[in-house]
Amino acid sequence: MDWKPVALTTSPLDQSWYEASARARLAGLLDAETFHEFIGPEQRMMSPHLPLFDLPRAFDDGMIVGRGRLDGQDVLVAAQEGRFMGGAFGEIHGAKLVGLLRAALVVKPAAVLILFDTGGVRLQEANAGETAIAEIMRAITHVRAAGIPVIGLIGGRAGCYGGGGLIAGTCARLVISEGGRLSVSGPEVIETNRGAEEFDSRDRALVWRTMGGKHRRLLGAADAFADDTIGAFRAAACAAIPAAPAFDLATLEAEQARLESRLDRFGDARDATEIWGRLGINDPAAVPGLTTGAFDALLAGLPEAPHDAR
Amino acid sequence: MTLAEILDSLFPQGHAVTVTDGLIAGEGPFGGDGASGAGRLAVIGIDGDIPLGIEGACHLAGRVLDVVRAGGGTPILVLIDSDSQRMSRRDELLGLNEYLAHLAKGLLLADAKGHPTLGLLYGHSAAGAFIATALATRVLAALPGAHPSVMDLPSVARVTKLPLERLEAMARSTSVFAPGLDNMVRTGAVQAVLDPDEPLGPQVAALIADAPAADTRDALGRDRGGRPLAHDIAARVVREATGA
Repeated sequence: MDWKPVALTTSPLDQSWYEASARARLAGLLDAETFHEFIGPEQRMMSPHLPLFDLPRAFDDGMIVGRGRLDGQDVLVAAQEGRFMGGAFGEIHGAKLVGLLRAALVVKPAAVLILFDTGGVRLQEANAGETAIAEIMRAITHVRAAGIPVIGLIGGRAGCYGGGGLIAGTCARLVISEGGRLSVSGPEVIETNRGAEEFDSRDRALVWRTMGGKHRRLLGAADAFADDTIGAFRAAACAAIPAAPAFDLATLEAEQARLESRLDRFGDARDATEIWGRLGINDPAAVPGLTTGAFDALLAGLPEAPHDAR
Repeated sequence: MTLAEILDSLFPQGHAVTVTDGLIAGEGPFGGDGASGAGRLAVIGIDGDIPLGIEGACHLAGRVLDVVRAGGGTPILVLIDSDSQRMSRRDELLGLNEYLAHLAKGLLLADAKGHPTLGLLYGHSAAGAFIATALATRVLAALPGAHPSVMDLPSVARVTKLPLERLEAMARSTSVFAPGLDNMVRTGAVQAVLDPDEPLGPQVAALIADAPAADTRDALGRDRGGRPLAHDIAARVVREATGA
């Protein structure tokens, strides 16, 4: 038998986005050795509020912001660390992203990239987190109005929930992977408020079908579906930048028409598979099992026109 | 104040604001000399502490875009007494995050296109509905008795696994997590509390006239002690990014 050695260290581009830390995602996403962090962990700008709750803190408060290059273009980047407090927005966490977006108006990068990995507002700092989300959404529209694309990338363990889902809806382009989830109320929140009959959070297939990457792409809530590798997200981010729509009345009128049409067409649907069937997919039940290649081929064969309405 | 009292105080000459299924929409005469009828104020909002779902957000966004399309610089007042976002499998299935973000973007676009936006909290509001409406306006005001929250303390107790009594004690000394209008004022999210005993029209007109061009909520939060670090952190990122 001719055994081959197993490569335990793969190229950063082949690493799983879902499994990687926020810093590893940034390192692989950007051109090698080009990332420069603002308010790095050595500055130890930690939450002033978590000690009140006897909770551990992180030197970066779960938010990494900086500049780098993507395929030779200058970009500003923000990455949430979902493994620290579920990537939740607290005072410092949110303010770092607010500052990055304000800086974009001055330095005029080719794009701002936001690597979402969040459960939403950090309840221990709820008022500060919620206000920060409002500041971020306003800042994103300013950046977009200045002609700078803001691109969201969603594929982390915490998904993109709560206020993070609203921020994502403000971005010009969204890339999502199979493991990414995009929603406002998470399954557990719905179950807690409305009961397991409304949403059984333990039904993982239901969660993925309702909030997961394939459904969001098919619905038009995301613009690209990426494999769960850093390289795939990098390629999708590069493709998204030149495709970003302007932030103006025409775009929002088109989005209004798109969202009204969705209500008309799918408002009575009870499950994602019904929506997929109405989109013209012959075998909706097979969608969750499709590889990225087969899923992209399916998308290409659908009658839905691509849109710029976001 | 009730919605009817607010509208009477805002529009002593009468108005064309209606409420359908808890959704407020319409307009009334505002400012100007009245005789020419030049000044109008557009109104949208949520009444009756109802949750904001996909249909409601889509409807309100459509009314906001109507105002922008008509041009003319008509200000938009957003009146809010809402629950949180509607929590349901169906709303999430159909992309509630897009509908809420679309409404917020509509208000932000309106403001950028010369339609000053002003929020007025007069009841409850929470979470996604609060972000998509009141917090998406340029200036957010409130009436005494309004009670915005991100999450009520019993729910915070459940999530943080801290005893409710301890949270209640902590809430008295720190405003960053506790529900209530005073705490939202301290964080800078709510800029001003209006006087219900004086006519609201002139108070609203003054807030619109004095509205800051930039987002000053983090500076307010620092000055009022509710968000001690947000402004300085954001400014520091800008300095490091621009090399200033």
